[in-house]
This record gives sequence, C-alpha cells and structure tokens, in this order.
Amino acid sequence: MAVISKMAKAGSVESNDILVMISPGDGKIDIEVESIVYNQYGDDIKKTILDTLEEEEVTDAKVIVNDKGALDFTIRARVKACVRRGSVQDV
Amino acid sequence: MYKTLLFMPGNNPGMLVSSDVLGADAILIDLEDAVALNEKDAARILVVEYLNTFENKTDVFIRINPLDTPFFYDDLDAIIDANIEGVVLPKASVESMDALDKYLNEKNSDFKIIALIETSLGLEMAMEILSRSDKVMGVLLGAEDLTLDLGAKRTKESEEIAYARSKIIAVSKALQIEAIDTPFTDTDDYEGLKKDSLNAKDLGMTGKALISPRHVDIVNNVFAPSQKEIEHALRVVEGQKEAVEKGLGAFSLDGKMVDAPIIKRALNLLKMSGDYKEEYDELLK
Repeated sequence: MAVISKMAKAGSVESNDILVMISPGDGKIDIEVESIVYNQYGDDIKKTILDTLEEEEVTDAKVIVNDKGALDFTIRARVKACVRRGSVQDV
Repeated sequence: MYKTLLFMPGNNPGMLVSSDVLGADAILIDLEDAVALNEKDAARILVVEYLNTFENKTDVFIRINPLDTPFFYDDLDAIIDANIEGVVLPKASVESMDALDKYLNEKNSDFKIIALIETSLGLEMAMEILSRSDKVMGVLLGAEDLTLDLGAKRTKESEEIAYARSKIIAVSKALQIEAIDTPFTDTDDYEGLKKDSLNAKDLGMTGKALISPRHVDIVNNVFAPSQKEIEHALRVVEGQKEAVEKGLGAFSLDGKMVDAPIIKRALNLLKMSGDYKEEYDELLK
C-alpha cells in the first residue's frame, strides 16, 4: 500500500497535459477536477484518476487536478508520478 | 534503413501522441537533454504509459541518460519491457557500451543500439566502441556536444565537423551499420537544411536525425533515391543476374564497366528505396 505522506505534484498546464497535486487525505479519496473539457469528460477523468489510485494502492489522499485536454495515458502517468513522489511504500 | 529519425521530448504528451503520424522513419523518444533533471521520473512513467497505450507504426527508439548519471539504469529498468526497437546510447564510450550490452544480455533483450558519438574521445575510439556489441545497428553523430568538446565554433556550413562526419561514415561502412547525421538545429532555415542534408548524403550518411517535425519531408526527399537512380540500379542488378548466368565476372552497361563496387552500390540503393528482393542476396557471392 502506498501512503501519501507529503504534498507532491506532477504534470503541467500545457496543452494535452494535466497538472496533478496530491496530499495526505482525511481517511478517504477526495478528488477535485478543473478541466477545459469538464462538461464532456469530467466523470471519465475522475474515473481514470480513481482507477490509477486503486492500482497504486492509495486509499487515503486528496487530489486536485487542472486538466488541459490530457488523454487517459497522460492522466494515468501524472497520477502515478505524483503518488511516487508523495508517498512512502508501506508493505 | 532509416532516412529520418525524429527526436521527441519524453515529457511532452502532446508531441508523443502526434509522433507516429509525422512521416519520419523512426522516432527517438528523448529522456536525456529534452527532460529537466527534476522531471526524469515523470518522463519515464509518461513514456511507458504512452508505449503501453499506442501501437506505433513507426519504429521507436528511446534515448536514455548517459552512464555517468544516476538515471542510466533507472531508464533501462523502466523501458526494458516496452515495445520498441531499441535504445540510443548518449556519449557512447567503451564503458557505457559494455554496460548497456551487459544489461541487455542479462535481460535477454533484443533491443538494438544506436550509439551517439558526441565526444572527441568517442570519435577517436568509434571503431572500438561500436565493435563492442553486436546489437549496434547504427551510429549517430552528435555535432553540438562534439564541437563543444572540441572547442570548435558550430556553423551552418559545418566545415568544423567534416572530419567527424567522414570518420563516422568510414567506421559505419566498415562495420556495416547505419550512419546517421547530426540534426540541423535551425528549425526555420529549410534551404540550409536541404543543403546540409545533401552534403551529409553525398559524404555517405544513410540518414539524418531531426529535432523538428517540419524537417521530416525535406530530409526524406533528400535521402530517398530518385526514380532515375532506382531504374539505373535495377538495370545494374538485372545485368549482373544475366552475367552470372553466362558465367561472366563483369559486364558493361551504357558503355561503362560494371564490377562489384557498382553492384553493391546498386543493391544498397535498392535497399533504401524498398525495391530490394531476397534473390539479390546471391548476386555478390
């Protein structure tokens, strides 16, 4: 399980990218999404973030993202980078 | 044979996504100079996610970080299972080539290696370096770092790299690997690009690395054999087939003697144009 122990960020606000910020949560996953395509893809973005956090075994975190039209592979990559930067691995 | 090898920054998702449709023969995804030191981890993850998501029609190589950085093995560990053709080894040296070859062998990897020669020591030891691994399929001249190392002024005319180009080409021909020219760095000077590419091709380079997608078409056109060249090569090959059948050692075409070097040149040209047939393998035996 990965425990988020400090604030971390990954990605950028360049076109096709997404800036992801993660910090320790209050016992659950909390996600805030700002996106240029929120009306069309807001739920999909949240789902991709949730799936990636589950894959990374993160159960407690606050995630704030600013999306500039990132595809799923980019969202996954930025969330993974953020988790690795902000976590200690707890086996 | 790759005519155009286009560098793509490894931490830029927009450029990665477009890389497969830009017309280059190969993509060189860059984890080295194009990625800031504090973004190496994120770039690795992005590149792997990209490669796991998209099936590229274009051959992909990844330029890893040099052996003398903390990132060399992290890069290799991240990409070892990726669906790519191989890796570009920057600042190639005997030590780094040995380390890369050992790593790939231990992992039973069939990755190919393009060695980037960009130091004066690397240039002078090119034959030794490139002979260290049978995975080496090409050598790329890195003129920007090389001229820095040489203390030479880098110019568009490129006279300062004439020796380096010729040395790289001679070594590549001796080892029968691809000779890839250094990128032309002025992204807006198309005439200069064409002139520089023609110069490299005439010296014997088989292709050119690029840093701008806008350079792809021009360089593809320069390095692609013309229809006239292809037709002449096919006539040489057909003439040789006939000569072999008749038991002749040499023959004449358009009043000129055709012997082994000319046949070999014709065969190389047909390989570049895609007109090569397996039956031609027999022609030089």
